[in-house]
Amino acid sequence: MAINKDSNAYTIIFAIAMCVVVGTSLVIVSQTLKPVQEKNVMNDKKQNILAAIQVEATLQDAGTKFEQYVKDAVILDANSQAVEVKTDVIAEALTINALSEFKDKPATDRRYPLFICEKDGSRFFVMPVGGQGLWAGVWGYVAVGEDLNTIAGASFDHKSETPGLGAEIATPFFETQFTGKKIHDDNGEFVSIRVVKPGGPKSDHAVDGISGGTFTSVGVDEMLMRCMSIYSKYFKTMSKSTALN
Amino acid sequence: MSEATAPAKSPSEGLFSKKNRKLITDPLNDSNPITVQVLGICSALAVTVKLDNSVVMAASVTAVTIMGNFFMSLMRNIVPNRIRIIVQLVVVAWLVIIVDQVLKAYVYDVSKSLSVFVGLIITNCIIMGRIEAFALGNKPGPSILDGLGNGIGYGIILIFLGIVRELFGSGKLWNAQVLPANWIYSMDNPDGWYVLNNFMIMPPMALILVGLYIWAQRARNTKLIEAH
Repeated sequence: MAINKDSNAYTIIFAIAMCVVVGTSLVIVSQTLKPVQEKNVMNDKKQNILAAIQVEATLQDAGTKFEQYVKDAVILDANSQAVEVKTDVIAEALTINALSEFKDKPATDRRYPLFICEKDGSRFFVMPVGGQGLWAGVWGYVAVGEDLNTIAGASFDHKSETPGLGAEIATPFFETQFTGKKIHDDNGEFVSIRVVKPGGPKSDHAVDGISGGTFTSVGVDEMLMRCMSIYSKYFKTMSKSTALN
Repeated sequence: MSEATAPAKSPSEGLFSKKNRKLITDPLNDSNPITVQVLGICSALAVTVKLDNSVVMAASVTAVTIMGNFFMSLMRNIVPNRIRIIVQLVVVAWLVIIVDQVLKAYVYDVSKSLSVFVGLIITNCIIMGRIEAFALGNKPGPSILDGLGNGIGYGIILIFLGIVRELFGSGKLWNAQVLPANWIYSMDNPDGWYVLNNFMIMPPMALILVGLYIWAQRARNTKLIEAH
């Protein structure tokens, strides 16, 4: 070959050509696969919401089961007022990511979706929650029953908590503790569900944290307190109004 | 020994000649990327808690070593020498992004639990190591075989770790209960005789297992033992 491979011109042209080829092909791949990926993310979310009301779903059937159980949704602003949504409110609520609301927005701008589900004739209200664990974000879904107080189920997930320690929040051992707990005390005041050191006295408003996963437990505690207080205020206005019945 | 680059072959040589077959079989034992060359350890520790993760990671790395070797070997005569490492990096990164996108689209659960480690395939020394040591000096055919061999060599170790760690750490294999539930000790089942070994789930245990594997391998294959 007559081309001088060590010349600057050749090197620069080669580099540019490589960038164009690589860049173009990646755009094509990413655009082709995008719809499938977005569907996966959505189904994963639906799966987690269903898990909070104790409905088991796989990634494949989460979509149909979600339609079957989730009947309505409300989007709240930071003052616990329902925001008016013109389009399909469930679809709109699904686009809200509790974790990025917490991470990327000032407290006053955050939106709080609430999913209203129906299972075996009774209604459940699923509250998405998001916060900070030890390494990265933690989030979850907590469902309360028709009394707007007793927890029917909870599911949690995390980005990168330590396996065997903080990551245990996403296991049934931690999640099932929430069932039957109450987010309001006997006087109807909001007390959240505290995540406390294991071995303490049993309470209706506390669950055992993870031994060795203290930071994650504290993160879950903070997240529940902060997010559920918003929903709690809304629940109060809800139980006063007759519109619910 | 491990970094030995096969000399260029004459054009008449068949793809599955003895020398080429060795390209596949060598990395399985004598020059295993993990246990002999000690490359790619980090991901072997991080993703082997469960067998399914191990298998997907092994397949992903194998795909990247094969394709990386293939593309770099095709380009070996036109790559400007001065930016050769950057070109390798771009090709590997390009392949890894494609693998990551495909996993996200078709095996979302696994891609979720592999999280950042798919992206980190880029930094897996096996891939750049094989491109630099082999693909840049050899034709595409043998380069593919070399990539395949090293990918499998890496995969074998991952799968071994995945089986041991999932079985003893969770009592499961491929997420299916293998140890009968009534054997496993828990609060609800105090009669169980086996306490799930939480240490198996932690990354350090993978390092210990790799160590045991290296020990066993060297005990059987004495030519791996360095002279002092």
